[in-house]
Amino acid sequence: MNEPSLMRAFTLLLRRDLTLAFRHRSELANPLLFFVIVISLFPMGVSPESRVLQMIAPGVIWVAALLATMLSLDMMFRSDYEDGSLEQLLLSPHPVSVLVLAKVLAHWLVTGLPLLVLAPLLGVLLFLPIEAMPALVASLALGTPLLSLIGSIGMALTVGLRRSGVLLSLLVLPLYVPVLIFGANAVDAAAAGLPVTGQMYFLGAMLVLALSLSPLATAASLRISVS
Amino acid sequence: MQSAVQEQPPDTGSAAAGVSLQAVGLECVRDDRVLFRGLNFTLEPGQILQVQGRNGSGKTSLLRILCGLSPPAEGEVRWCGENIQSTRPEYFAELAYVGHAHGVKGELTPVENLNLARGLGRASGMEPVEALEHLGLAGYEDVPSRFLSAGQRRRVALARLLILRARVWVLDEPFTALDVHGVDFIESMLLGHKDSGGMVMLTTHQPLRMDESHVTRILLGA
Repeated sequence: MNEPSLMRAFTLLLRRDLTLAFRHRSELANPLLFFVIVISLFPMGVSPESRVLQMIAPGVIWVAALLATMLSLDMMFRSDYEDGSLEQLLLSPHPVSVLVLAKVLAHWLVTGLPLLVLAPLLGVLLFLPIEAMPALVASLALGTPLLSLIGSIGMALTVGLRRSGVLLSLLVLPLYVPVLIFGANAVDAAAAGLPVTGQMYFLGAMLVLALSLSPLATAASLRISVS
Repeated sequence: MQSAVQEQPPDTGSAAAGVSLQAVGLECVRDDRVLFRGLNFTLEPGQILQVQGRNGSGKTSLLRILCGLSPPAEGEVRWCGENIQSTRPEYFAELAYVGHAHGVKGELTPVENLNLARGLGRASGMEPVEALEHLGLAGYEDVPSRFLSAGQRRRVALARLLILRARVWVLDEPFTALDVHGVDFIESMLLGHKDSGGMVMLTTHQPLRMDESHVTRILLGA
């Protein structure tokens, strides 16, 4: 047990980040509240008519999920950077990319997963047909981890800057667009009774790609930000 | 103040073979200003090296370069004769760094903080509770660290040195915010580490109370 074990470091870090998130409940609730508020404003702002809402529902839910994730990116590395925990992480004998993966997983568990649970309820609010629900949940299940993974690269690059909000969006949004297109399109197609396999495959492929490459990019960016 | 080891040529022969931390021709540039250039020294087991210099002379930068956190503008740091860029895992397993920002999470208790530190590095076998007791924090194990005083938080950070089995200790102003007993205790820890073949590199503005003969000094910006 005295030799460093990667598995142990991974679970410890994951558990620490979850503990931190639960001790900061308000910060945890912010992106979720944002998600719910934005979506529930659409029936009031656009039209309460079911036909209109049904049409815009996939896009609205996906855009809100994307923005909510982006809002929450800051909590991934910011406080670690400020109090020096990030340096300790980088000085660990373990591969930093794997440790980064633990942090991204924690981020997804506290932001992406709740979005996933709430989305069908909000779908009902927007008159999304029941046939489209599985596609909505499945596309978000593949898409939200993707958003966390891509976001971690942008966050790692900008964590050393004082006001990084705009720059972060500029860096991350272009990479978010394909996820948004395939995600929203899958729900659209499902609502129209069309097959969604193609979109799901694309989301799945992007997720695999991001899972394997983004931790490396994030680890390298963190080293640059800290130096 | 003596400037003993600056500007001496790199000793690549015998020291490269054994365990040692070597700085070879280090140069650090910040905002187009050269903080130091051509810095050579070797840190060997059983040595305490104190970096001195006025504010802004690059002490912290030097320590960060030695930890591999920032790259030097010129030169390299060698661990057992090899550049640390290529031996990161081996070197980091031997390294404990306590910086200015000491990496103690305010929302976590001291024990939770130390548990993570232990998981990330190579554990020494000492339990976090025991380490905290050594540092005079018995009874504070389950208090969120943000309720602790600055000195107590510094002690939590320094407790990492006890729970990790690291040969190289790199300490940036370890005595900040510590009381007299704290300073005495840390100094005795440093001496103990030195006697058991450890290597210590630290910056501090406080005069060390330990015997001069134990400490080697580097003067930056002279």
